[in-house]
Amino acid sequence: MKKKAPRTYQEDIIGDGISSIQKVREPHRENEGRCIKYVLIGVCTLFLFVMLVLPLIVVVTNALRDGWAAYREAVIDEYTVKALQLTLFAAVAAVTVNTVFGLFASYLLSKFYFRGRQILAALIDIPFSISPVIAGLVFILTFGNVGWMGEFLKAHGIRIVFAVPGVVLATIFVTFPFVFRELFPVLNAQGKDEEEAAALMGAGGFTIFRRITFPHIKWALLYGVILCAARALGEFGAVSVISGHLRGKTNTLPLHVEILYNEFNTTAAFAVSSILVVLAVLILIARNIVEWRKE
Amino acid sequence: MEQQIIKVKNKRGVRVIPGFGLSLGVTLAMLGMLVLIPLASIFISAGRLSFSEFIEVVTSGQVVSGYAVSLSCAFFAALVNAVFGLMTAWALVRYDFPGKRLMDGLIELPFALPTSVAGIALTYLYSDKGWIGALFAKMGVKIAYTRIGITIAMVFVGIPFVVRAVQPVLEKLDRQYEEAAEMLGAGRVYTFFRVVLPELFPALLAGFGLAFARGIGEYGSVVFIAGNIPNKTQIAPLLIMTKLEQYKYADATAIALVLLVISFLLMLFINSVQLYMQRFSKK
Repeated sequence: MKKKAPRTYQEDIIGDGISSIQKVREPHRENEGRCIKYVLIGVCTLFLFVMLVLPLIVVVTNALRDGWAAYREAVIDEYTVKALQLTLFAAVAAVTVNTVFGLFASYLLSKFYFRGRQILAALIDIPFSISPVIAGLVFILTFGNVGWMGEFLKAHGIRIVFAVPGVVLATIFVTFPFVFRELFPVLNAQGKDEEEAAALMGAGGFTIFRRITFPHIKWALLYGVILCAARALGEFGAVSVISGHLRGKTNTLPLHVEILYNEFNTTAAFAVSSILVVLAVLILIARNIVEWRKE
Repeated sequence: MEQQIIKVKNKRGVRVIPGFGLSLGVTLAMLGMLVLIPLASIFISAGRLSFSEFIEVVTSGQVVSGYAVSLSCAFFAALVNAVFGLMTAWALVRYDFPGKRLMDGLIELPFALPTSVAGIALTYLYSDKGWIGALFAKMGVKIAYTRIGITIAMVFVGIPFVVRAVQPVLEKLDRQYEEAAEMLGAGRVYTFFRVVLPELFPALLAGFGLAFARGIGEYGSVVFIAGNIPNKTQIAPLLIMTKLEQYKYADATAIALVLLVISFLLMLFINSVQLYMQRFSKK
């Protein structure tokens, strides 16, 4: 192995033909590049400030415009607290279902090859491209009075539409692919050699999952759970169709905001919104911490 | 050799890793119960309508204008997002500047913020009395309760799609190509349009398509700023909502079915363009 000779002082200063030409041209190009850079960053910052930050400022300033007392009153209102409870309940249910489904489905689609794999993956993605209003509508057409299961449910005294189960079902539907979509690429890239080796050495299914598959996906799983929770907490369209807006019963926090706003109780609407803004910002912070840890 | 043997075995269905039956069962059961069966009822319900009734509902003036408003506003919003999303992704990948992490973290805000909150905040901001609306009102431009307002709300919900689609591709893009182009005498603009953009285009199109689809279906953030004037600023999802409130379930189903078909066709179109471009670039 011959070591490369270090460049001489002469070579560094004068260089070969091409790089010396570059050196002469560089300052001019740099300047132009810097100009583009600052314009680009400026335009992006302005765009994101107007589109994303200003709405947040609007929510906070309007929530507090009648003073702290009015704000407190709106936030600790009985219906607000009940709506917050239902929202959190639906979010926890959605996250649980999502995690179970995401783990099984991503394991299935990344570790086994079988006919119809592509179709299954496409089917899982359906809720992503569907309007939330349609997501709510399908449950009314299934479980409502006009739905084909309506008669059966009525005879047994089960209420799904305009009741809590409907709200939970709609939330699950809308968030359905979230965890799967985070896990699948990671598992797919990892391949299945490690699992095969473990299985050939006699490890059982659960051991393989716990000791081999899970360590690969723990951060992706956490990331998916955070995204799913974010969407579940904020779902409006689907829940709005199916909840029936019964105050204190089937009202989630985003729906409560709408009701207050339509009653021209704007300050209270923004006060309730500020709770959701805080939740959203917390979720964003959690998301960034997880992403930073993943790296 | 060994590789081949394993492959043959797999094709015959001998699987080494345990858990196939269980995970297939759980996946299909959950997918079926929670997504596919409910979704099928929209087709069952639509089947009860006769064809002429279906056509009558779907081609009534109000419904057609609803589709037109949803589609056109979502298209322009996705276009705005494609331009600004590309610029934002570029700034985040290629430059270092203070507050970069904050900007990167902020992109997902429209995912995390409930749409109704975004809706009332945007309505307040762009109404004639709001901070931005007042500026434009002086110039005689109304934003809230017009199609411009609808488009702005759709831009808001679509921001993350383009940025997050373009960002990873741009990160992987080798700068050598640009340097080579520059060395060969291409200007900045020429390099961007002929060297960089073709590489980014599939990702850009995917982001555009997702933002477009999201805009068509969007309800929460748009419904407040739209003002819902019949034949002018009524969006298609709102029409489904009003039909439901009048207990006209068949009409609601018909409108929803057309909307479903539109978004599926859109996804299909974008997927096939992407597939075509990938094949084209490989050759």
